[in-house]
Amino acid sequence: MTKIVIDGENFEVEDGLSVIQACEESGVEIPRFCYHERLSVAGNCRMCLVDVEDARGMSPKPVASCAIPVSEGLIIHTKTERVKNAREGIMEFLLINHPLDCPICDQGGECDLQDQSVAYGHGASRYEQDKRSVENKDMGPFIKTEMTRCIHCTRCVRFSTEVTGINEIGAIGRGRDMEITTYLNKAVTSELSGNVIDLCPVGALTSKPYAFSARPWELKQIESIDVMDAVGSNIRIDTKGNKVMRVLPRINEDVNEEWISDKTRFFWDGLSLQRIDKPYLKENGKFKKVSWEKAISVLSEKLKDSKPNEIASISGDLSSIESIYSLKKLMNSLGSQNTECRQDGSRISGSRERWLFNSKFSGIDDSDGCLLIGTNPRFEAALINSRILRKSKESNYSIGLLGKENELNYGYDFLGDDPNTIKDIINGSHPFCSKLESMKKPIMIVGQGALVGNHGEDFLNLSIKLANKYNFLSSDWNGFNVLHSAAARPGAMEIGFLPGPEGKNLDQIIEGCNSGSISTLFLLGADEVCLSDKSDCFVIYQGHHGDNGAHQADLILPSPSFNEQNGLYMNTEGRVQESVRATFPLGEALEDWKIISMIAEKMKLDFKINNFDELREEIFTLFPDLLEIDNCIEGGNPKELMAEEIKEHIFYNSVENFWLTNSIARSSKILCDRNEFSSNGVFKI
Amino acid sequence: MTVKRLDINQPKSFEFSNEDLTLINDTIQNYPENRKQSAVVPSLYIAQKRAGGWLPEQAILKVAEMLDMPKIRVLEIASFYSMFNLTPTGHHFIQVCGTTPCWLRGSDQIKKACNDLVGKEGEVSEDSVSWLEVECLGACVNAPAVQINEDYYEDLNYESMTALIKKIKGKKDIKVGSQVGRVSSEPKKMEKNNA
Repeated sequence: MTKIVIDGENFEVEDGLSVIQACEESGVEIPRFCYHERLSVAGNCRMCLVDVEDARGMSPKPVASCAIPVSEGLIIHTKTERVKNAREGIMEFLLINHPLDCPICDQGGECDLQDQSVAYGHGASRYEQDKRSVENKDMGPFIKTEMTRCIHCTRCVRFSTEVTGINEIGAIGRGRDMEITTYLNKAVTSELSGNVIDLCPVGALTSKPYAFSARPWELKQIESIDVMDAVGSNIRIDTKGNKVMRVLPRINEDVNEEWISDKTRFFWDGLSLQRIDKPYLKENGKFKKVSWEKAISVLSEKLKDSKPNEIASISGDLSSIESIYSLKKLMNSLGSQNTECRQDGSRISGSRERWLFNSKFSGIDDSDGCLLIGTNPRFEAALINSRILRKSKESNYSIGLLGKENELNYGYDFLGDDPNTIKDIINGSHPFCSKLESMKKPIMIVGQGALVGNHGEDFLNLSIKLANKYNFLSSDWNGFNVLHSAAARPGAMEIGFLPGPEGKNLDQIIEGCNSGSISTLFLLGADEVCLSDKSDCFVIYQGHHGDNGAHQADLILPSPSFNEQNGLYMNTEGRVQESVRATFPLGEALEDWKIISMIAEKMKLDFKINNFDELREEIFTLFPDLLEIDNCIEGGNPKELMAEEIKEHIFYNSVENFWLTNSIARSSKILCDRNEFSSNGVFKI
Repeated sequence: MTVKRLDINQPKSFEFSNEDLTLINDTIQNYPENRKQSAVVPSLYIAQKRAGGWLPEQAILKVAEMLDMPKIRVLEIASFYSMFNLTPTGHHFIQVCGTTPCWLRGSDQIKKACNDLVGKEGEVSEDSVSWLEVECLGACVNAPAVQINEDYYEDLNYESMTALIKKIKGKKDIKVGSQVGRVSSEPKKMEKNNA
């Protein structure tokens, strides 16, 4: 610890902090534009000037507090006349070329420059010459630019280099002619690019889809959880009336730090498009609106007429634990064992350490090497990818990829896309083994793309064998990780929404629908299932978007999307988090548990769900581990099991198209537009 | 001065000669193995020479590729330094120093001479001459000075500058260095007492 004095008060702070961090920790505010905790220090805005005094006396001129470290006995002055003058001077210079267009600027109300000029600025302008104006840049469909407003803090440039790993944004020219731009005005391609909107301290980079739609003080803010991928990013949903206006990240050091992916940031317009608002029944090949009574009675007739083993259900990627649990209750009560949550056909099973991200995301920071198997983290979990990228910049950090070759934004050793290569790695004959042997705390990330197909489980067992062979598993380190790409999957696995002992798995259910051995199929928001030729099978779709699932259905029941009902989600590392209702359900939609309870009532089944709180209580009683909200469920080290020969096993890409992975994203116009951009940033024609 | 941008008319391709490549590789050798982007400024300078005094986009891409750099980083450098031209220059490229000592000694007249005989600043004349005002050439003792391609011409005034340009255009030899007859930067009038 270092003893310092700030404005006459004594403080003790950690060693190695910069003065601005020390002041922040001690509760002394220092204005800044270019400094950001998660980016490298640039020290170019000069707004954070302070006076420092040490054994040699007072500093000859104010110093940038972001760029100097604290030292023992340092005396910091943040409120002297000289500091005040310096800040006012800096502010005056910054405002020379900054337009006075706050009334038409989207940043208004949440603008660092606006706030700080109120607090630290000069009362009046002395500048009478011409202001500079800068051409706007085209940065793609997400980022709106108004470059005259730019104050050249270079936060976006550093973000693009350090966090996304794709060096796309830069500063050309110099002095007063400096301009922030992408290379020749090309659209930015990163999956995290939207974060520069939050980073920009002024209104130079703002959100294009959100432009001119609301002022921050009109919005109601609800803290919730993202379901676009299995990372479980902490988000803030901003609503106006019953409409979601935008989605912003919340800080959670263990999960998303301060970022969210572009898919999370821009899915919101999909919430008001393609929605299912009323129950629909298919009659003579056409959907007809029906009442809830009619829908439920048709449904219960169908369920009554079907034998238990003719009923099957598949849960979707966006459903909460409560929704899936109530469906499980219904299926148990009907005696059906054909329950399935692994919509992509992966064959994970068993105790939770076999399918969780055991090292936790923070474990990536402690690791000294990484082996990716059948995964493309850039698409499956963009924020995890950014953590790997950060590690990849360290010397001696090597990354191996066994699986489909993908364009990752860091260098890696490609070990081929033949699953049988894993045997060479296990028996030590592969050239990459020498690197694995030298790693003390490596992590392995197995994607769902490696676990699809009849030998998926065998491959999982082989991966665990590999983990035991090297240092992936030890008494104080668990580097065996399975990466999920669907938000609902870990939760559904935890409550065991899986085929029973005699139940059918996904492939068998689909086969059964086509052959006629399954007569009723219940899809709970399952949109990735493709029933090519479903013959006489009666398909019920309970969900919120008119997407693949609804198109194949005979009966559609409207239920709210994740932001319209409360629910628990477990992310890929086993962290249970609560998603909170931000808006009300549309039309006649009823909450998932309510629909199930109506069915149970109508069919006079042996269970009853009275209200949501009771349902959640019941889940907590049965699965007490879930009670640890916001904490990770621990799994322990996975045990080695015998694996059969993997024949004709191949790797898939679990996420082929990053932008359109679920029904909300596919309904979003913004994401569909973004999808039109090819990788080099021009429109496909 | 505004930000420099790439020229609208771009050649389709750009190739280094073998000598250029040797030179660039030698420069890369000066730096540690994983720091080859340190060679970016010399590489761009070589590219500028090869392309005839300016940097087309293809040259920037080539340098980025050779040094494993993102192309925006190379463009940043090319647009930052005023000695890199992003638009074509003439076969004879006159750089007129306009910094304080030269300005005090009459660089405005030099610029006028260029304007009168060559044309507007930055534009290439029909007989392939162009001129640009640049920052200090470091020849303040012999101010005002200009640099034509690789050589300095000093102690100029309107008349001597006009004569120079006319000689260039007439493809005649011109005398490098001071135009008033002194050797390097020795005092203009040697005082007899001190001699």
